[in-house]
Amino acid sequence: MEKKIRVLIAKPGLDGHDRGAKIVARALRDAGMEVIYTGLHQTAEMIVETAVQEDVDVVGLSLLSGAHMTLFRDVTRLLKEKGMGDVLVVCGGIIPEEDVPVLKKAGIAGCFGPGTSCEEIVEFIKKNVKR
Amino acid sequence: MSEKRKKVDYCDQIGTNITERKTKFETLSGIEVKRVYTPKDISHIDYDRDIGVPGEFPFLRGIHSTMYRGRLWTMRQFAGFGSAEETNRRYKYLLEHGETGLSVAFDYPTLYGYDTDHPLARGEFGKCGVAVSSLKDMEILFSGIPIDRITTSMTINGPAAIVWGFYIANAEKQGIDRRVIGGTIQNDILKEYIAQKSYIFPPEPSMRLIVDTFEFGSREVPRWNTISISGYHIREAGSTAVQELAFTLGDGLEYVRWAMKRGLKIDDFAPRLSFFFNAHNDFFEEIAKYRAARRIWAKELKKLGAKKPRSLLMRFHTQTAGCSLTAQQPEINIVRVTLQALSAVLGGTQSLHTNSMDEALALPSEKAVRIALRTQQIIAEESGVTSTVDPLGGSYYVEWLTDKMEEETYKYFDRVERCGGVIPAIEKGFFQREIAESAYRYQKEIDENKRFIVGVNKYKMDEPIDIPILRMDEKGEERQINRLKKLRRDRNKAKFERSISRLRKAAEGDENLMPYILDCVHSYATLGETCGVLREVFGEYKEPVIY
Repeated sequence: MEKKIRVLIAKPGLDGHDRGAKIVARALRDAGMEVIYTGLHQTAEMIVETAVQEDVDVVGLSLLSGAHMTLFRDVTRLLKEKGMGDVLVVCGGIIPEEDVPVLKKAGIAGCFGPGTSCEEIVEFIKKNVKR
Repeated sequence: MSEKRKKVDYCDQIGTNITERKTKFETLSGIEVKRVYTPKDISHIDYDRDIGVPGEFPFLRGIHSTMYRGRLWTMRQFAGFGSAEETNRRYKYLLEHGETGLSVAFDYPTLYGYDTDHPLARGEFGKCGVAVSSLKDMEILFSGIPIDRITTSMTINGPAAIVWGFYIANAEKQGIDRRVIGGTIQNDILKEYIAQKSYIFPPEPSMRLIVDTFEFGSREVPRWNTISISGYHIREAGSTAVQELAFTLGDGLEYVRWAMKRGLKIDDFAPRLSFFFNAHNDFFEEIAKYRAARRIWAKELKKLGAKKPRSLLMRFHTQTAGCSLTAQQPEINIVRVTLQALSAVLGGTQSLHTNSMDEALALPSEKAVRIALRTQQIIAEESGVTSTVDPLGGSYYVEWLTDKMEEETYKYFDRVERCGGVIPAIEKGFFQREIAESAYRYQKEIDENKRFIVGVNKYKMDEPIDIPILRMDEKGEERQINRLKKLRRDRNKAKFERSISRLRKAAEGDENLMPYILDCVHSYATLGETCGVLREVFGEYKEPVIY
């Protein structure tokens, strides 16, 4: 049997808007992936620690507060430092268009803003996950 | 049977050989909607008992007899970003353009009771609101604004008592008596656990702090609404209108019970309880929600022993649904907001925030927020809907739906009761699970094209978004941290330490904490320092993970 894709859905920072993260977590689970959700108020260190512990293939970051440029880049930097540079990192939330290229340069493969369907995210992960 | 009667009966039967666009029509809450409503649908309603006239029990038709003929609602745009200086400029801009009340959005560190230089505040300064770490910031935020004449609403919950302390102290420094100032602190911790997630302490000490503000407010700051019981965030987290109504009123009744358990007299604090609702897309369901809310509240408060008519009045602020806005074709959000705002006005709101078209992309630009404010002004000044009170009263559909919303609310009250009450239901994740379920269902309906959102899954366009986005001053965080350092260096050290240690001692006992908090505020203790003491004594809340 093929090994299931393991995804960590994480909420960095103080932002409590978890509607999107929870919907995506459920949609990925319904699409046959194994989903771990960190819950709220995670530091970048905590998220990367969980990613290592759980040996995930994908990290999904969600943030509405506007702190994404700081916190998302902290996560990708730490993942590389821990030898997990291969993990597929995707993100969602309120991310202004002009921040997207900067995040992609920092190692985030996909940015999914408001209006994205769950199906698009599932397809993207299936297509791009490395393992 | 008379000819007239037959016509009524005919409308009840959904034709089997008639084709309609859908097999089933439903409200956003999933209440099935019939093709036509007739007098039969409201024949169980007794006008005097169940509806009544505006300004009289059960207040279904409005809390005042004249409503907007007497006075328009307060136009209160939620605003805050960056530093106190930047936000102060935005307030002045909004007031110049005809806004009639202020509403403060705080940034995440402030909402969690951290100062800007706390490690968890990294990257968050001024992003989702303004940073207010001390009385000093509050002084700057309201400098040049006549707070003796304008009311201010502050969206603050975990550290509400302290931030309210900043506001009171700032007013008094300007020579304004605390008995004169008016406004609202949100101060609704139950909905934080349920939906918005900006909690600090566990439920019991949080409830104690809230009852402290009720008690202190009714004695010392009589024009202040010491709570705004909020369904807005419950809805934004994905609930239906019915869930928003039921959970919000359930929370409200829980606060009343806690205050009464403390020994406060219901008629002393109930008149200062206020509410906050969402206005989403389903026009009639929203109107029915506000009308039902007023009647349920009046009936329940009466049952709890309230005697003063003012105690029975459910006064509420409304904000149009942020979660309904699309990042696609942002200009059409103006139309969504207009319809939502109109439902709030027809539902009898006391105060209103209209969202800006760019809010699915960033914080509102000046132009976007001005258009949002103009939307309210057009409804108020041009549309004529303000000329009569509750113009939809007596509509077969609206009255039927109002009843239906009430019925569904009581079903939820029963379910919460079976969980052992509001706090046990929170701890069991009951509300969180119900909301997550509704949010997922809504998204699936959109993904599967069972529900249409214009610009998202119907009438799509592929063109780049071309509206200006608000940009923050990158240097703001550094300046704020320097200001904090200077404040800690310059203040009277002995006075600061004395006030903090007295607060700690009081928190360990059971006195009302407000006077101690005000002492800390006056000694320029920061928000993080004051909350820090309470964190040590009360502990911190950790939520169960549910999705």
